[in-house]
Amino acid sequence: MKAWTFRSRSKVMANPIGATLIQRSNTVLRRVPAWLLYILGAGWAVWLFWLAATGGLGVEPIEALEHRYGKLALQLIVIGLAITPLRRWSGLNLMPFRRAVGVTAFFYVMAHLLVWAVLDVQTLSAIWADIVKRPYVTIGMAGFVLLLPLAITSNDLAVRQLGAARWRLIHKLAYPAAILGALHYIWLSKGLQIEPLAYFLAIIGLLGLRIRARRPRVAPQ
Amino acid sequence: MARRYTSDLGWADVTPKQLFLNRRQLIAGSGAMIGAGLAGSVAQAQGDLEPNSWEDITTYNNFYEFGTRKEDPARFAHMMTTQPWSIVIDGMVDNPGTYSFEQIVEGMTIEERIYRFRCVEAWSMVIPWNGFELADLLARVGVQEGARYVAFETAFRPDEMPGVRLPVLDWPYREGLRLDEAMHPLTIMATGVYGETMPNQNGAPIRLVVPWKYGFKSIKSIVRITLTDTEPYASWNAAQPDEYGFYSNVNPNVDHPRWSQATERRIGGGLFAGRIPTLMFNGYEQEVASLYEGMDLSVSF
Repeated sequence: MKAWTFRSRSKVMANPIGATLIQRSNTVLRRVPAWLLYILGAGWAVWLFWLAATGGLGVEPIEALEHRYGKLALQLIVIGLAITPLRRWSGLNLMPFRRAVGVTAFFYVMAHLLVWAVLDVQTLSAIWADIVKRPYVTIGMAGFVLLLPLAITSNDLAVRQLGAARWRLIHKLAYPAAILGALHYIWLSKGLQIEPLAYFLAIIGLLGLRIRARRPRVAPQ
Repeated sequence: MARRYTSDLGWADVTPKQLFLNRRQLIAGSGAMIGAGLAGSVAQAQGDLEPNSWEDITTYNNFYEFGTRKEDPARFAHMMTTQPWSIVIDGMVDNPGTYSFEQIVEGMTIEERIYRFRCVEAWSMVIPWNGFELADLLARVGVQEGARYVAFETAFRPDEMPGVRLPVLDWPYREGLRLDEAMHPLTIMATGVYGETMPNQNGAPIRLVVPWKYGFKSIKSIVRITLTDTEPYASWNAAQPDEYGFYSNVNPNVDHPRWSQATERRIGGGLFAGRIPTLMFNGYEQEVASLYEGMDLSVSF
């Protein structure tokens, strides 16, 4: 267990403490398999469902489960969007988990959608009516549709077949999908509420970091 | 003027609080979806007459003064001082003044009224309220000729209400009724639930209950009642007039702009209970439809 610690210490001794910590974290994180996230994600979803079915989520379990899944999806989307800026600005490398975070986010979006359709609205005609007539459902649904190609191409085979450039372009769909997800949350809330706005601002902020980072650097005159 | 309304929901329909708790434990114990599913269908077979449990009524509340989450009122409403309590009654009345809670309740006939309660968010409960007819209180203070509306105001106490730090609404919370709505025998001032003192999260010590209107009209923890000749300010109506009308009568045919009002989810049905159809005027059409004769309810929603 200690071997890696000694090796890395000798290499980073000269660096400032912050950088040391991040390098150490990166070393530890390299040893964590990404599939662990899938197991945790699925397990947590099942646990929440069990709680809802047995009264553990309060007296209105359908709404509670719907909201818990939806909010977890948004949280994972925010984490996913934070991975690239985190590496750029701090050096912390969560890249190995980005796909797992994204796929788990999609899984929760799907769970959220299924609870809404199957347990809440229940009838097909009413589901369709809601999608067409209710703007917040429409944009939520649009966000889900945008995520579909991402979920389908979240594997090495798709990356090889599409080529890295095209694959990366497709996965930029995560940006509009994230914004739609946050708007969906703001729109369904009654009155001016802080929490939905916080998600929206976090997503806008994380996307803003990308724009700044890509702007060509002009040397000072 | 008391006892002008007798509910078709009687105490025979009420499941004692303790039994409700036991049933919940049974459902929780059987654990599996089958258990919850069966309980749901039993409730459905018995019709919609079964009042919700004490737990349903006191843990799932909208009382934004204590936060916007459903569990916030149950968690924070204990911070509100309800004793002593007084209500200012003013405007076009013969006997304006500040009345203590005890003065207001004194001599009033407290009745049990088991009412459907339909939230604008499309969920509902059945609640066994204890209270007196608002008409009796208005008769006592003497409504002057020319008064056409009744305005109500909720307590506003930043020290005791964590939710009012945020401008979710233009505090204090205010609501209003037309005078004939206020005088209607169904309209009560509630001081209790299930024979117990009104829990803080449900609007202690005294609140309005207007069962044919969306829940937000039934203003909680009232500190002021004003008789006026002009339509009073109503908080949700003022915040989003296209979504929340002054009347806000329960109406399955007039949708909220963002969601359908045709159906509702009865709280307490569990994870697998379906929606039930929403009734015109929340099932009180016979009693109140005449109040709105000749009005276009899709315009005056």
